[in-house]
Amino acid sequence: MSAAATMAGSWRQFWQRFNARRSTTVALWTLALIVAATLLVPVFSPYDYSTPAWTRIFTAPTWRGGQLFGTDALGRDLLVRVMWGCRISLLVGLVASLVSVVIGVLWGATAGYLGGRSDALLMRAVDVLYSVPFIPLVIVLNVLFGRHLLLVFAGIGAVSWLDIARIVRGQTLAIRNREYIDAARALGVRAPAMIRRHVIPNLLGIVIVYATLTVPAVILFEALLSFLGLGVQAPLASLGSLVAEGASEMQANPYLLIIPALLLSLIVLCLNHLGDRLRDALDPHEH
Amino acid sequence: MSTEREDQALLSVHDLAVSYHGRHGAVAALRGVSLELRARECLGVVGESGCGKTQLLHAVMGLCSGGAQLQGSVRYRGRELLGAPPATLAALRGRRLALVFQDPLSALNPYLRIGTQLCEGARRQLGLTRRDAGRRASALLDTVQIEQPALRLRQYPHELSGGMRQRVMIAMALMCDPEVLLLDEPTTALDVTVQAQVLAVLRELRARTGMAMIFVTHDLSVLAAIADRVAVMYAGRVVELAPAAQLYAAPRHPYTAGLLHSMPRLDAPLYERLPAIPGQPPRPGDDTVGCAFAPRCPLVHARCALMPALRAANDLAVGDAWVACHVDGPPQRLREIWT
Repeated sequence: MSAAATMAGSWRQFWQRFNARRSTTVALWTLALIVAATLLVPVFSPYDYSTPAWTRIFTAPTWRGGQLFGTDALGRDLLVRVMWGCRISLLVGLVASLVSVVIGVLWGATAGYLGGRSDALLMRAVDVLYSVPFIPLVIVLNVLFGRHLLLVFAGIGAVSWLDIARIVRGQTLAIRNREYIDAARALGVRAPAMIRRHVIPNLLGIVIVYATLTVPAVILFEALLSFLGLGVQAPLASLGSLVAEGASEMQANPYLLIIPALLLSLIVLCLNHLGDRLRDALDPHEH
Repeated sequence: MSTEREDQALLSVHDLAVSYHGRHGAVAALRGVSLELRARECLGVVGESGCGKTQLLHAVMGLCSGGAQLQGSVRYRGRELLGAPPATLAALRGRRLALVFQDPLSALNPYLRIGTQLCEGARRQLGLTRRDAGRRASALLDTVQIEQPALRLRQYPHELSGGMRQRVMIAMALMCDPEVLLLDEPTTALDVTVQAQVLAVLRELRARTGMAMIFVTHDLSVLAAIADRVAVMYAGRVVELAPAAQLYAAPRHPYTAGLLHSMPRLDAPLYERLPAIPGQPPRPGDDTVGCAFAPRCPLVHARCALMPALRAANDLAVGDAWVACHVDGPPQRLREIWT
């Protein structure tokens, strides 16, 4: 058996373990379908997300004209708007999570590994940021810089890495006392390489789980901001702002609320489930 | 010891004490250990669990945890290591002094391939490229008699057997060609056949490279196969230090005699209970005044209330034996006290 064969083998093994349950397959396909739809529907649909159509206000979902999700208060096609909303929500979720994972892991692992005064300093900074009231901060940022999608990234990113930093630090404290850390030290490995090669790979499991749980959390967070009118700028929509619009119409036209809310829940549910399965599959002890 | 020997010493440990602050005050792990390791020598260190063997090695490597209080001195080629700046220590570790850990499962990072772990020290310390380090790792796995080294380098620790992991640990310590190899119970976790293989590897290595070793174990029979000199530790102190042959033939300390007496023998009658030294060793937290072995010693007398110093066992023709005991009788008598 060649080395390359075992490499390929371990990936196949990982995939088999990850994909072992039907629920994983379902979640994966659902997400893939949603992502494909968000990419394709706005391209091929005759409607766009911003042009009002005064003759078609509040059309209930129908096959006619392909308006499967109906139209909103301005006659805009809800299908296209929801797909745009998914794009924005997923983008915010992925980018903000990635940024917060990178910062959080580096911050937490450094604090935990170095310990002592550096640890205290780094973690007090986290405490201070925790105490900043988030919604007023976003409002202030909005007032100062105007409404911009980047502000949503920045605002969410600034808060969500704090949890990761704390969790990672706690894990690192445990890892630091493992014997293989001493063994690596006995071979002359120094702090930066130690954090990069011995601490962070051991955090991978928990970080991946937490990251996949952060994506839906960030999506919900963005939805909250948009619901409050602090998120994306109209006429662009995110799932949150669509839910907000739908909520104001929920008695007369419930589909305006139900469709984006269902989609939001579906995405969050799939991501949460995949996070769990990923953790199970990545744990090398169970091979 | 004489200055002439000081010059030969690669590593000299002088009056080394290590203690930790526990809930009930300081807990002493080492209470003043003096040893020296000469070039090309294999020094065995033997003792019961908790007598400070591992602490000794960790103190030499500067790996004691943050709460440890260290006193005394550890010199490598005359250079003081205790309190040396971290960068100095990091440069010596792996390159000059290498440690083989006791438990190969917990001392290997489960998330990294064997190859990565073998190479990382060498790439750092010797500035090797990835490819050169890989080649060296592969050659060393061959040296420690692991088959298919190229395959093993790609595997993770859990894919190897215990004996293989132990040999990987030895290969890892050898990556930078250290002058001093410290081995912390390298054969304890292994079954007898694998143990014999590992010992053969170490002996062959010593014959070929002349590497100096400190071999820590609780198994006297293992030391008989490899050590030039043996230090016997009890309760954080060295109680006897002598050339191996002499120590086995004529132990000078009652504790050593007891250890030798309680070794299982092939020629002993079946179903006979293994002889044991009665009583328990003092726990690290206990305050011992005088000789720590006195409560278990058949030869205890009034003077044992005073701490015996490590002194030359000078009544022997071979001058290199040291013992920390007030009793100064002929060695034959020590044999008899345990039977």
